[in-house]
Amino acid sequence: MSSNKDSIGRTIIVALVLCVVCSVVVSAAAVMLKPMQQYNMDQDRKSNILRAAGIVDPSKSVDELFEQITTRTVNLQAGQFTEEFMAEVEDFRRAAGDPSLSRSLSRSEDVASIKRQPLKMPVYIVEAEDGSIEKLILPIHGYGLWSTMYGFLALEGDLNTVAGLGFYEHAETPGLGGEIDNPSWRASWIGKQIYSGESTDEPALRVIKGAVDPSQSGSEYRIDGLAGATLTANGVTNMIRFWMGESGFGPFIANLRAASEAGSAELVEPEADADADVLEVDEV
Amino acid sequence: MSSTKEIVITPLFKNNPIALQVLGVCSALAVTTNMNNAVVMTLAVIAVASLSNMFISIIRNQIPSNIRIIVQMTIIASLVIVVDQVLKAVVYDVSKQLSVFVGLIITNCIILGRAEAFAMKNPPIPSFIDGVGNGLGYGVVLLFVAFFRELFGAGTLFGYEILPLVTNGGWYYSNGMLLLPPSAFFLIGIMIWLIRTKYPEQVEKPEFVIAPNTRKEAV
Repeated sequence: MSSNKDSIGRTIIVALVLCVVCSVVVSAAAVMLKPMQQYNMDQDRKSNILRAAGIVDPSKSVDELFEQITTRTVNLQAGQFTEEFMAEVEDFRRAAGDPSLSRSLSRSEDVASIKRQPLKMPVYIVEAEDGSIEKLILPIHGYGLWSTMYGFLALEGDLNTVAGLGFYEHAETPGLGGEIDNPSWRASWIGKQIYSGESTDEPALRVIKGAVDPSQSGSEYRIDGLAGATLTANGVTNMIRFWMGESGFGPFIANLRAASEAGSAELVEPEADADADVLEVDEV
Repeated sequence: MSSTKEIVITPLFKNNPIALQVLGVCSALAVTTNMNNAVVMTLAVIAVASLSNMFISIIRNQIPSNIRIIVQMTIIASLVIVVDQVLKAVVYDVSKQLSVFVGLIITNCIILGRAEAFAMKNPPIPSFIDGVGNGLGYGVVLLFVAFFRELFGAGTLFGYEILPLVTNGGWYYSNGMLLLPPSAFFLIGIMIWLIRTKYPEQVEKPEFVIAPNTRKEAV
């Protein structure tokens, strides 16, 4: 019996049967659970966006709250909405690895150390009753001390005041750099100003070392530092500088401001704006 | 043949896979920053250990001995992928935090060790129970370590605030080191010490004795 069990033919048969059985089990699990996983990822993304925007209502489900948010895609270099629709935040990460969908950044340009930047990014808009922008939520990412930090920055309707900041993925040191998740630190961002002037090329907002003195002038462009996490804080500053500057969402925000000065209806009714290649996109 | 109860109880303290056999320490360092992760990781390891033991035991008389490790690994790896997929579908938040460590259950020596040492020689039901016992033994250490790391590192247990932190307006200065992997080493070390004080027979004989100093000290 034992020699029979160890024969070459028997060995191959056992290996083959085992492989077939195991692969069927694994693929069945993967296929059957796919819809649930997709749903979870979707919920996670939505709740991150909502949290950054400060839209929290425990009595309502994430989907209900998300109904007020419109997802659009922005062509970063043109600074305008594009037709192409990116529903998933993950899409832009995939795009960053695709040469036809992203561009490599020169060293001087790449302040956030992300190496490649997608040409198009999703943005999330909370619209007010009259159709103007109530909140604009932008996905941002950049390198901290150990990891690329992925987050959302929410702006108020004036496109300058911070409405909230939240990170959904990072691997900074817990207790030090990881304090970027600290609710009270994140709350200190609310009400700060991104740009000091009209220009949207160079954001003024910085995370500084130590605490901000509110009585000093310019304190609206300064955020308290994180004790023991200077490099992570610098990473956050660089991230803001990059994404809110001319290579990031700067041109887009400038265009939005111009549009809202000309009449806020233009954003929701893009047909009126002949120059802008804007199209209404369906809800997610 | 030992009784069922014994198979479950022995791995908890007397023959703990981490504390006595010092297996599976890698993941014990990584997933013990909070209790939630530790509990889910424990459940995942129990599921994989018990099921892989059972399946391996069922086909133990068919497995050709020259490819037995490969066969065991294939079964373990398949189960780990299934567990990982289930976690992603059911507890997405936790699976995000556990990240690669669920996948790394494949390389957890406890599981292959039990498959080779127990499941290959015993019938399916005792093998299944042995898997549960060893998974629990692993879990005991994980929960012990996670309890101290979460409580003193973050001031919370299962995410609920126990010691209000200074950063949130409380009084407790958190010990950041406890959230870093090295602290798990200290805690596992302390736990091994405690267990070996209770069961002195676990203390290994020294492999060599340092010879006494024969030279006189330099003047």
